[in-house]
Amino acid sequence: MDIFIQQIINGLVLGSIYALVALGYTMVYGIMGLINFAHGEVVMIGALTSLSIIKLLAGTSLPGPVVVLIGLAGAIPVCMALGFTIERVAYRPLRAAPRLAPLITAIGVSIVLQQVGMLIWGRNYHAFPGLLPTTPRHILGAQITDLQVLIVVLAALIMAALILLVNTTRIGRAMRATAENPDIAGLMGVDVNQIISITFVIGSALAAVAGVMVSANYSIAHYYMGFILGLKAFTAAVLGGIGNMGGAMLGGVLLGLIESLGAGYIGDLTGGFLGSNYQDVFAFFVLILVLVFRPSGLMGEKLAERA
Amino acid sequence: MGVLLRAQGVSKSFGGVQALREISLSIDQGEIYGLIGPNGAGKTTFFNALTGLYSCDRGEFEFDGKPLKVRAPHEVARAGIARTFQNIRLFANMTALENVMVGRHLRTRAGVIGAVLRDRATRAEEQAIEVRARELLDYVGIAGRANDLARHLAYGDQRRLEIARALATEPRLLALDEPAAGMNATETASLRDLIEALRRDGITILLIEHDVRLVMGLCDRVAVLDYGEKIAEDVPEKVQKDAKVIEAYLGGSLA
Repeated sequence: MDIFIQQIINGLVLGSIYALVALGYTMVYGIMGLINFAHGEVVMIGALTSLSIIKLLAGTSLPGPVVVLIGLAGAIPVCMALGFTIERVAYRPLRAAPRLAPLITAIGVSIVLQQVGMLIWGRNYHAFPGLLPTTPRHILGAQITDLQVLIVVLAALIMAALILLVNTTRIGRAMRATAENPDIAGLMGVDVNQIISITFVIGSALAAVAGVMVSANYSIAHYYMGFILGLKAFTAAVLGGIGNMGGAMLGGVLLGLIESLGAGYIGDLTGGFLGSNYQDVFAFFVLILVLVFRPSGLMGEKLAERA
Repeated sequence: MGVLLRAQGVSKSFGGVQALREISLSIDQGEIYGLIGPNGAGKTTFFNALTGLYSCDRGEFEFDGKPLKVRAPHEVARAGIARTFQNIRLFANMTALENVMVGRHLRTRAGVIGAVLRDRATRAEEQAIEVRARELLDYVGIAGRANDLARHLAYGDQRRLEIARALATEPRLLALDEPAAGMNATETASLRDLIEALRRDGITILLIEHDVRLVMGLCDRVAVLDYGEKIAEDVPEKVQKDAKVIEAYLGGSLA
């Protein structure tokens, strides 16, 4: 039973991070029908930027959490600028092109960013300094650290703020109108280019936060970390129904739980034949199941319209 | 009364089809200008060229004395031109109120920072947007449906909602593309009252319409398009008697 609770907690932490990244995929898809495969790399750049800042400040007398916070505050604008630039340089010139062109471009941008990451930060794994309190608390026989609580709470707050932004503000309304029909939104006075830029910038800010969370939680960062994380978050977005923001949140948390529970029990279930290192298999197994049985996702309904 | 919109030699072809051939016309401030013609005559193409959905091959538009150069659709709205669509194009999954509020986007300012901080000015603006949107829904007569999703509105109400959304951009020229299409006699009569009210409130109207009685009753001047060419332009009484117009509508053999 304690394994079960422990894996639920781990799954919620992981799922919160997936949800933040999945939102970036789903918002961009919702507004322009593009799967931005470079989004995972924005997470990586966010993680490594914060890491560099944190390493720079780690020797000073500043308390650990403050250092991490400064690292986060530095990573967010860097990722926002990166997201803005990616859209401007790589996707905007292809706005009128067939859908395959921006998709392939996205993969290209992803590879370029990985190489840039490698050039700046090298091929090595970087240890994320343990600046945050990691003394575990005990709940129902399971352990949870303050950092994990913080990750879940912060992710929930950010998502609540995003829901408010999209549903109750002028910019959010323009985003929804653009998602429904960019031509008509334009004729009604919405600057569609500006709204698309804002969408990329917001998504990239979420990616920066997720990048810091994931590297703090697993105490490691690496130039290649964005690839698999991005694919999983994309899976979460598809699971929830790509284009649907509530779906990305639900899909992220569900995928986190599925992976954690799967990793926790796979050894027992296969008599030790497969170990928890097969964790990654679950995400893609889920992706296949969703694509076969419910391609529009759990909360999606509008996929056919776009396809 | 000055000229509000002037089109000069506007031409557009799709492949081998000449959809618009050297169309020149001018619409005066405050008038209701009708654009009629058989199906496929180029009326909607003219609208789309005016509002920047298509670029024209040749020719230009001048709005309020200044050349209308459109690089993005929202610049048309900013210049003061708003339109409705022959096949209704609402934001189907937003409420009626939100549809109109989108139309206020152009005339308001709040950005992302305001949205995050929710400072006093942002909240006051949001309040003002909603008040104005409700007034417009009331003006077109669907205030009671404010919180319904646009796709759940009755057909006639959807047409009214499109007009309210267009009005929210504070246009000087309102282009209505077949607003009476699919309406019954009662709905058409009340649409007519609405258009009359718009004129009284100083909005210049460009009206594409199939319903000849509606056009002849409402418009100050009418232009007739046939095969992409303007074949007549005059007050309704004269246009109705024009030989070329009768031929275009009834076919050569009867004329």
